[in-house]
Amino acid sequence: MKVVLKHLTKKFPNRNKKQPDVIAVNDFNIEIPDGKLIGLLGPSGCGKSTALNLLCGLLKPTSGKIYFGEDDVTSLPVENRGVGMVFQNYALYPHLTVKQNIIFPLENLKGVDKLTKEQMSEKAYEVAKLVQIDTLMDRKPSELSGGQQQRVAIARALVKMPRILLMDEPLSNLDARLRLQTREEIRRIQKKTGITTIFVTHDQEEAMSISDMIVVMKDGVIQQIGKPQEVYDNPVNQFVAKFLGTPPINLFEGEVTDGKLYIGESDVMLVQNVPNQKVVVGVRPEGFVLDEDGALCCELKGVEVMGRDITVVSEHENSIDVEIRSIISSENQVDTEADRVHFALKREKVYLFKVDTGERIRF
Amino acid sequence: METKNWKAWLYLLPAMFFLGIFMVYPLIDVLIYSIEEGYNFASQTYQGVGSYNYAYVLRDPYFLQALKNTFILVMITVPLSTGLALLISAGLVSIKPLRELYQTIYFLPYVTNTLAVGLVFMILFKKTPYTDGLANMVLHFFGGGTIDFMDGPYWAKMFVLCFYTIWVVLPFKILILTSALASVNQSYYNAAKVDGTPAWRIFWKITLPMISPSVFYLIITGFIGAFKAYSDAVALFGTNLNAAEMNTIVGYIYDMLYGDSGGYPSYASAAAIILFVIILTITCINLLVSKKHVHY
Amino acid sequence: MGKQVDYEKIEKSAKVRKNVINTIIYVLLTIWAFVVLFPFYWMILTSVKSYSLYNSEYIPQLIAVSPTLQNYKDAFTMVPLAGYFLNTLIFTVVTTVLMLIVTVLAAFAFARLEFRGKNVAFTLFLALMMIPNELVIITNYVTITNLDMRNTFMGLILPSVASVFYIYLLKENFAQVPDELYYAAKVDGTSDLKYLFKVLIPICKPTLITITILKIIECWNSYVWPRLVTDEEAYFLVSNGIQEIRENGFGRENIPAMMAAVVVISVPLLILFLIFHKKIMEGVSRGGTKG
Repeated sequence: MKVVLKHLTKKFPNRNKKQPDVIAVNDFNIEIPDGKLIGLLGPSGCGKSTALNLLCGLLKPTSGKIYFGEDDVTSLPVENRGVGMVFQNYALYPHLTVKQNIIFPLENLKGVDKLTKEQMSEKAYEVAKLVQIDTLMDRKPSELSGGQQQRVAIARALVKMPRILLMDEPLSNLDARLRLQTREEIRRIQKKTGITTIFVTHDQEEAMSISDMIVVMKDGVIQQIGKPQEVYDNPVNQFVAKFLGTPPINLFEGEVTDGKLYIGESDVMLVQNVPNQKVVVGVRPEGFVLDEDGALCCELKGVEVMGRDITVVSEHENSIDVEIRSIISSENQVDTEADRVHFALKREKVYLFKVDTGERIRF
Repeated sequence: METKNWKAWLYLLPAMFFLGIFMVYPLIDVLIYSIEEGYNFASQTYQGVGSYNYAYVLRDPYFLQALKNTFILVMITVPLSTGLALLISAGLVSIKPLRELYQTIYFLPYVTNTLAVGLVFMILFKKTPYTDGLANMVLHFFGGGTIDFMDGPYWAKMFVLCFYTIWVVLPFKILILTSALASVNQSYYNAAKVDGTPAWRIFWKITLPMISPSVFYLIITGFIGAFKAYSDAVALFGTNLNAAEMNTIVGYIYDMLYGDSGGYPSYASAAAIILFVIILTITCINLLVSKKHVHY
Repeated sequence: MGKQVDYEKIEKSAKVRKNVINTIIYVLLTIWAFVVLFPFYWMILTSVKSYSLYNSEYIPQLIAVSPTLQNYKDAFTMVPLAGYFLNTLIFTVVTTVLMLIVTVLAAFAFARLEFRGKNVAFTLFLALMMIPNELVIITNYVTITNLDMRNTFMGLILPSVASVFYIYLLKENFAQVPDELYYAAKVDGTSDLKYLFKVLIPICKPTLITITILKIIECWNSYVWPRLVTDEEAYFLVSNGIQEIRENGFGRENIPAMMAAVVVISVPLLILFLIFHKKIMEGVSRGGTKG
């Protein structure tokens, strides 16, 4: 099912009545193609959960439209939307067994859609097999591990074959190892069922790793939409660049003078077509190359060997963050005793942003 | 720190003193009383030991009347008040404006003097030569005839007693259920709504099981409280409950102990122990049932 | 397009249904609020009707045309209402204070101190919680009679001082205070008693307030025990007073004056409630039982 949002806006009245309304979702325009896995990504409090609740119908938008396929569902009550939802805390009914939990949505069907007990049971087992919990059907949720509960929640959301599947921070309650495993699982289930799935997360790695498309949000406004790699390689502004990638991008205060980019005194790169101005320079950790003659000279603080890669930690007086973290291949030798380290920069890993707006400056 | 044993007991001393004299000792004593036959209060002597007191009480028509009244009262007021409280609480949590006001109003009977407000109820229902009373006026309005609620037929009196009892016990139940309902995680409701669950089904399948510990707590305490009913009846029908046919078991105990027919602590003790056994049995049954149906 | 229409219909019917349900809820809640409030209204209304007016109304009027305060005067002059009031006040204050002292000390011992026999003592103590008052009141009546304490405040107060349930409630609350605080205090050389008053009591103030409020309500409304041990009017509490007024009160069936008395004895708790309604309701839901 294709999902289209047009000028979707949600305002909440401010607690303090004299203050203006809080705009949780501001003028969303997205077209989500059928059968894709979409990550809605942003720091906490950016309105992503509000957006999800608007989609499933638990909240009514202040203005704008939501379409599922060709149908305008904007003010359709939640129970008629036919969406499946996985809640952050899973919201499994503690007094029902796994099987009863999964069957629960089916028992709500009325009229022509009404199923017999056997049909329900059959469907429940089908979907339980899909998420690999078919051996746990008679347990209570409290007897399951976090990962198993998560699967039950997904099974319950999927059992009625929803038009779209929504997930609110699906991995946030799992420990690190399980998180890796479960996100692959979500990817697999989504591919297999082909249901358009939208999930919300504040963890960029999570979103990047499994999404077909990510939507980066900040303060209720969409910053950028695109394939994860595209967004990473080509961020539209400083916020997106900073938000994606671990370790995060390194930022420097810089200046463009006569087509040359300066960080401090050093002239690090040629940038034609950029008018003279002060800029913020972003360099991805992998954008540094060890080079004795490199223009960027930093104070070496430490080296972390991680097997395949080496992380060089250094400082520079024009760096906006305290440390500069650069990742280089372990084939390079770093003199850990040295005071200074010289870097050359990879052109395609360097971004310039306007100082005031954070907007990207292309070169 | 064990060396300071005596100090710890010193802290406990006042409580042990009061509990010992006014709870532990009486507990043993009441058993002894109940088997001492022909106990004379004035000379504090008795003639023998046996079960005569129990036999006497169980044959006493006043006790049987009290037993019947109490059971009717329990069977009517406990389910009705719990159900009504559930309904009202469910209504309360589903509204926003005025909610706090209503909550406060509903709680008022809890802080009123049972005896005092009982008097008001009596006046509302009482038929005198001067007036039929407000309750009858309402009955007339709906086309009914005049009923003498306070001095008339048994069921009319029982109705008033049940009505007043429910009025008195509801505040506590509403309070408990409202806070139980409010503490159910909203995401369960959201999940159910997303799945298109109709409201009544949400209530039966999700809300009720979730608050079942509170409901059973109320049922258990409700049974215990209703079996011990007394002040409500006194408030409505005066201290001579036997004459009004409205006595309760507790009323019977007090009458036996003190009052016009009083001076028989042995009979009172036997009745008290019978009451205790009844309450214990009912509570055990309740606990067994709740084990099966309560989800923690 | 056919589907489009369908959706509109669903939207509309959902909206209508929600409005209807909301209206029904408000109507029902308002009816119950009315049922709760009406007796209060009626008692105030009747209390300001004159005796002759009240008796001449074959059909009771819902408003008082010429309100009078005469009944309140009667309530204070013709029956010793002020005396009942004072008795109840003394009874309530003394019982509550004694109860607090006993409860705090016992709860502290159970929650914080280690001593031989603690577990046995506490188990026995919990078992007492199941004992209904009706079972022990008989012997207490005999005890008080034998001690010649009938018609004394001692006789009224003493059996009501210790409450197993409140000790239990406070003990649970004390036990929630982290052990570290106690050890820290011990290291600093603080005595147990000082720790109790400087640390535990301030931390557990909400529970203490709860207990106090519940006990005050309980005392103000207590009827059974006072009735058993007092038969002199000089020692009647308000509940017994109201019963006395009802049975032998104003010489004749003076219902308006009776209602005035009812209003007077209901007012203190109602005022207390209106001021502290949040605290009281919170407290009762944490530790109350009634009905």
